[in-house]
Formats: sequence, structure tokens, C-alpha cells
Amino acid sequence: MATDAYEAAIKGLKDLLSKKADLGNVAAEKIKELTQELKELDSSNSDAVERIKSGFTHFKTQKYLKDSARFNDLAKGQSPKFLVFACSDSRVCPSHILNFQPGEAFVVRNIANMVPPFDQKRHSGVGAAVEYAVVHLKVENILVIGHSRCGGIKGLMSIEDDAAPTKSDFIENWVKIGASARNKIKEEHQGLDDEAKCTECEKEAVNVSLGNLLSYPFVRAEVVKNTLAIRGAHYNFVKGTFDLWELDFKTTPAYAFS
Amino acid sequence: MILLPPRLSIPNNCDKVKDFEKAQLRIPSSFRRKAANLQTMASGKTPGLTQEANDFTSGENNTDDVFDDMKQRFLAFKKLNYMDNLEHFKKLADAQAPKFLVIACADSRVCPSAVLGFQPGEAFTVRNIANLVPSYESGPTETKAALQFSVNTLEVENILVVGHSRCGGIQALMSMEDEGDSRSFIRNWVIVGKKAKESTKAVASNLHFDHQCQHCEKTSINHSLERLLGYPWIEEKVRNGSLSLHGGYYDFVNCTFEKWTVDYEGSRGGKKEGSGIAVKNRSVW
Repeated sequence: MATDAYEAAIKGLKDLLSKKADLGNVAAEKIKELTQELKELDSSNSDAVERIKSGFTHFKTQKYLKDSARFNDLAKGQSPKFLVFACSDSRVCPSHILNFQPGEAFVVRNIANMVPPFDQKRHSGVGAAVEYAVVHLKVENILVIGHSRCGGIKGLMSIEDDAAPTKSDFIENWVKIGASARNKIKEEHQGLDDEAKCTECEKEAVNVSLGNLLSYPFVRAEVVKNTLAIRGAHYNFVKGTFDLWELDFKTTPAYAFS
Repeated sequence: MILLPPRLSIPNNCDKVKDFEKAQLRIPSSFRRKAANLQTMASGKTPGLTQEANDFTSGENNTDDVFDDMKQRFLAFKKLNYMDNLEHFKKLADAQAPKFLVIACADSRVCPSAVLGFQPGEAFTVRNIANLVPSYESGPTETKAALQFSVNTLEVENILVVGHSRCGGIQALMSMEDEGDSRSFIRNWVIVGKKAKESTKAVASNLHFDHQCQHCEKTSINHSLERLLGYPWIEEKVRNGSLSLHGGYYDFVNCTFEKWTVDYEGSRGGKKEGSGIAVKNRSVW
């Protein structure tokens, strides 16, 4: 255990100093330094905890207790109207950008806000969220929000076509979901600089995700009935802008040729 | 007569958005819904208009209502938050340096930014059903990319796994049959938390189902923390002290937050807590 370890070390030091008292000053200085270092290590850890604690206290006193009737209702059950896909990036929380209050939006956050196509083995995480939101919570809107300076999209754009797997293979394998967006940008926007290409890819990857949503039969069923709307968006925090667009999908009744 | 803007289809995108200027008469249909009390936040509409909206009936087309709603929401953020903190946002635009990776549930009631007050730039956030972390060797891949990016590239100093009360995902885990319908996505995902269910059944099967679920919600957090230590690059950083792992449980019935930190030395040594990790610094707020 840690205490045994340091007690043994301190005993060793004491033994040494009892034999060589003149080392006492040097030892004292070093011990002071070490104590300071350890204090800082501990305080950065307890800083983190303090941060969370003050955040929660603020929420409890300024939000929860001031509106306890609403929160009591919410505790019984949620009925959000939105399913939102946003990037895990610390700068793009949908609660900030779109001011979603508790209870309004069921939110999935992952690298580069990707919706993979229907795959019950590899991508059951996203699938579970879509299934729960659409089938059980019966959300009315799905919103996929891309954003500027997305590290995931930048990673996607820089994957070499036939490179060997790298040590970021979890990331690469994940962002490859947007590969068709990357290919499109590479083909159609060759003249743009890298940053502009990334911006185009951020938006096109949202479109790929919107299309992938339709590969989930329960999504398609609701969209065709007009009870579920699917939208894409792009939040640009460099310019302070937000673009929103909609996916239009329907099938018409079949005409019988006979 | 209100003109509807043309509908967009793939692959057209955001440029067309600028062409849409909504008629002022259009009231977001969200006002008409029973949950209208949720709309008391600033959306720029006056009480008088709200009354009018309650009397207003319209067709099932929610396009423009939602569109308007979104626009008001974003503009409120821009005005109240972004513009007031332009310097800060410019810096953030260049690079993010969050100290936290937060893994939270997708549940609409438990956004970590709301509940724990994280501001833009502070927390790299993963949200999935039941805030589960799959193991390094197997399981679905979505969360793993985020772990890799936040720990190795962004070098966050803390990972916080936050569970919560009345979790639908945990409830699904606890109530699913062992030989059930494997065509369900929910089933295929929550099974990541199987061990928490087994451990709960082993110690708490005499409790009411709701209490069993609560037990499972907490146990599952510890199992996810344990699985985090199975990622080599995570374990290495925890071992050398540059990364701390924390568990958190938000109970929105009583509005309390319980928090604890993984004691790595203790976990390596003999003392374990059933879930295979030792914890320290437990507190309830």
C-alpha cells in the first residue's frame, strides 16, 4: 500500500540523516520541493472536482430548485421532440448553441457527429439511440449538426487511400463512415485550400449521415408518414453562424401498369 | 396565405437557407403543444402572441415552425453568449483544450453542460444510451474513437462517467430476457452492461425492480470505469498520474449528485469493491 511505501522511504531518509547530519539542510529543501509538487498534483485533481461541484450547485440552486414542478414532471418521464447528433467537441454542445433545456432533446455525441448505416453488430450504439428515440420516445425531429474545425473530419480528409492501419485506428475506422463525403470533396473541390475543403466535407458528411438515417427501417417508416422530419446543420464558431437544411424524402403510391 | 419555402433535398445544402425569410405571422407550433411550459425561455415571443398561438390551428407540416424555433434559439445563444465572449470564442476556435472527457447518457434530462455547468471548451463529451463504455477488445466501436482522440490527442486530465436515475437503457438491460430478440439495436448495445446486471441480480434480487435498476445504474458506472482501465493508453496515463478517472451519479428525483474517484493504487492492490476497482473521495452534493 502507498503508506507502507512512503513510510519505508522516510525511515530510510531518517536513518541516513542520523548518520550524516550535515545533509540536513539539503534534505529539508528537497522535502519542501516535493511537498509543494505533491500539493499541486493533488490540487489539480481536487480543482477538477471543485469545478464539477460548483457547476452542480449552480444548476441545483439556479435551475432545479427554481422550477421544481417542471423537474418533478421530467423525473417521471421524458418526451423530447428532438433527437440530436452532435460532435463530442467541447465547443459545440447543443444545449449551449441551441439553448436546449432539460427534457427537450435526446442527444447523441460522438466524433464528427456521424450516423453510421444500419449495422446491428458494429454500430449498435448509434442504432440503439435511434431506435430508442424514434420508436420509444417518438421524437418528431432528427437533427445532425456538423461544425467548423472538426478534428474528426480533418482526420477523414487526411486518410491516405491505401495506407497501412495507423495507431489511431479506432478514429480512422470510425470517421471512414464519411468516406463518400471525402471522395466527393476531393473530386469536386480540387481548387480549394485544405481548410475550405474541410468545411465542405463537414457539411457533406452531415448529408451522408442524413442518408444513413434512412437505412434504419423505423426511421424511414416515420419519415414517409410525415411524422418525423430530418434536418442537417452546420455550426461555424469561427464566424458565429448556423446553417440549417432539411432532407426531403418520400415515396409516391405505385402506379400499376397493366 | 403563407408562402412555404421550397423543400431541400440532398445534396443541396446550406446556401439555400439564406433565401428563407419567414413571414412574421408564423408561430412555432411548439407553443401549441402541451409542453408549452418548456418554452418559457427566451425565444423572442410575447405572451400576447403566445395566446394567439394557442388558438392557432395548422396542418401537420412542422417544417417552418421548427425552423423558426431553431433560428430563435441560435440567435439567443449568439447574442447572450457568443458576442459577449468573442475573445474567448476566437481563442477556442483555434484550439480546444478541455480538461474533461465526459461520458454521459443521451437522456434529454441529463446534459452534462446543464447539470454540471460545463462551458464551451471545458468538456469533450460522449453521449450514448446508458453512458456505457465497451471493453477494449470487443464491442461496438463508436465510443472508442472518442476515447482515443480525447486521451491521446487532446490529453484530457480527467474522465468522468456520469450515470443517472430512471435510466431507460439500464431498465431495458434489467428487463430483457436472456434469450431475447437479437434484432433489437437496444438489446445489442445495452448488453455491453451485462456484467452489471449479473452482479445486481446476485446481490439485490430481493429488492423492488426500481431499486434493482438503481443499483445497476451505479454498478454499471464502476464497470465502465474498470473497462476504461483495460485500454492500454488509458491505464498508462492513470498509472503515471496524468489522468484521473471519476464516476458520477445524478439523481434527478432528489436532485443530488454523488461523485467518486478511482483509486488506481487500491485497485491494483488487494482491496476491491465487487466491481474490481477501488474508489476514494466519495461525496454527495
